[in-house]
Amino acid sequence: MWLFDRDLWIEIFHTLGKNMFRTFLTMLGVIFAMVILVLLLGSANGMSNGFNKIFAGTASNSLFVWGQSTSEPYKGFERGRRIRYKIEDADILKKQIPEIEVLAPRIELGSHRSVVSVYRNGQTSGSAVYGDYPEIDEITKKKLVEGRFLNQTDIEHSKKVCVIGEETYKLLFDKGEKAIGQDIRINGVYFSVVGIYKPNNNINIDGENAVFIPFTTFQKAFNSGDRMGWMAIAVDPKTPVPLVEKQIKDILKHKYDIHPDDDRAIGSFDMSEIFNNITSFTMVLQGFSFFVGIFTLLAGVIAISNILLITVKERTKEIGVRRALGATPKIVKRQIVVEAIVLTAFAGLVGFAISVGILAIMNSMWGSGDDFPFANPMISIPQFVISFVLMVGLSVLIGLLPANRAVKVRPIEALREE
Amino acid sequence: MIEIKDLHKSYKMGSNSLHVLKGINFKVEEGELVAIMGSSGSGKSTLLNILGMLDGADSGEYTLDGVPIKNLSETKAAQYRNKFLGFIFQSFNLINYKSALENVALPLYYQKVPRKERQEKAMQYLEKVGLKPWAHHLPSELSGGQKQRVAIARAMAAEPKVLLADEPTGALDSKTSYEVMDLIQQINDEGNTILVVTHEEDIAHMCKRIVHLKDGVIVEDKKIEQVKAAQYV
Repeated sequence: MWLFDRDLWIEIFHTLGKNMFRTFLTMLGVIFAMVILVLLLGSANGMSNGFNKIFAGTASNSLFVWGQSTSEPYKGFERGRRIRYKIEDADILKKQIPEIEVLAPRIELGSHRSVVSVYRNGQTSGSAVYGDYPEIDEITKKKLVEGRFLNQTDIEHSKKVCVIGEETYKLLFDKGEKAIGQDIRINGVYFSVVGIYKPNNNINIDGENAVFIPFTTFQKAFNSGDRMGWMAIAVDPKTPVPLVEKQIKDILKHKYDIHPDDDRAIGSFDMSEIFNNITSFTMVLQGFSFFVGIFTLLAGVIAISNILLITVKERTKEIGVRRALGATPKIVKRQIVVEAIVLTAFAGLVGFAISVGILAIMNSMWGSGDDFPFANPMISIPQFVISFVLMVGLSVLIGLLPANRAVKVRPIEALREE
Repeated sequence: MIEIKDLHKSYKMGSNSLHVLKGINFKVEEGELVAIMGSSGSGKSTLLNILGMLDGADSGEYTLDGVPIKNLSETKAAQYRNKFLGFIFQSFNLINYKSALENVALPLYYQKVPRKERQEKAMQYLEKVGLKPWAHHLPSELSGGQKQRVAIARAMAAEPKVLLADEPTGALDSKTSYEVMDLIQQINDEGNTILVVTHEEDIAHMCKRIVHLKDGVIVEDKKIEQVKAAQYV
């Protein structure tokens, strides 16, 4: 096998080593190209990872549904009627739409997005107060700093417990003060703190200044009866969210006598839409990086071809002598193509090493993803393999150019040149 | 060993064509030492290039050691050159980044001789031309005469049927020229067939036969009394 021919390699390193500076300059193009390719891809990946981190803990295949006011008169009702859901709706929807995996009803104290005064030992905070089912945690995960989230026992026994946000904790408690087991007062009712959560850089629909109490407790404590504010719904990942969204709305429209064309009566928010947008954005970014990187690489490899052409020109006489001594055109060509491959592969690896180093530095500086979506910028192994194979493939093709030039000259013409 | 019949060759120079060889007929037996003489433009280098399969003839026959040389592909030509011929050039044409030993071993590399054997053989030939102590020197560290002796060793290394020397003393002073000719005579005395292209009378007379070329035809072909170069060294 010629690949293991020691003399071939001696020949190649001889010729490349003979002119170190030029060899280095030649490689520079490919080194830069590889650095650019890896940095672009790595950054795109980092961005993608950063977004994933933000979405971690949020079921991407989820939607939220709440009631608004009608915009069309229907069945004797005037427009502007407020839609208020009942807790039974949750069961109706779950029963009628099997694609719904989780449905967490919620009720809010006061009007939507309003705050309520929460007291403790003379300290007050204006917080949002929600009555929730533990299932909500499957849709928007809370990162608990202390204690636990609401559970099924809390619901069954309508326990007067609550989980508070870190912001609320800061307002109600002194720094370092133990909150678990302490009571806070909302509208004259006391609740015992069982958990504190903090934002985990992800999408936080509820804010950090909020108090979560069991739904059933909420009903009793604040006399909400069978009212339900809104629903967080997770859909089977194989089913498109808009499909389920329409089914839900149709059922609700029918139940609450809403005009079928009234789009404003039921408010909803499709999380998967944002998620898909971001996914396609990062994919476009990755594709673009690859595109730019590969063309830069092509330019680098062409530079190598160029230098090899010059080298061949310089070595015309040497090649002539070799051919007079019995080197076949195949041997001459092979040597030049292998030179191209060795140069490209080596430069590519150097570039790769440099860029991986840069990515590591970038990661240690911004990789935590605290300030903007950026985490673990690194290229994947398949990405590396594809770029490397592509690069070497290109170098073979492009090495053939000077190689053919080298054998085109007849030995006699090569020898005549002084 | 070599047989040539009615060989023609012309070069195209723009619109006119230059008829360089106009029907050459000659024969070289094994063990001969032939000088091909002629002024510049007489076609002697062209003849040597055709003999060396570096160039093709337009018409005519060329047989080397019983093998007809015609319409060779570049690959075949390279293999025949390697097997049949050893080249000695006026400007030595050593590969400047290879040591004397590596230069001599190069034809053996193309014969796919294993590395160790190649080195040993190359060393033998270097010893033969008296340059064993210089084996690991680069051509730039050698004198002109030494370079030509390395080139001769290289030409001989593949044990070819015929040695072709194109003005082997053209770049050397007369003392060194005689040394090189002495070496060529020694090699010839061992039974090797050698063709020397030269335009120098004294060099030609150190061969055993002189072929005179003029305007693309052989005007004279005579056996001569060989002058031994050793007496001038």
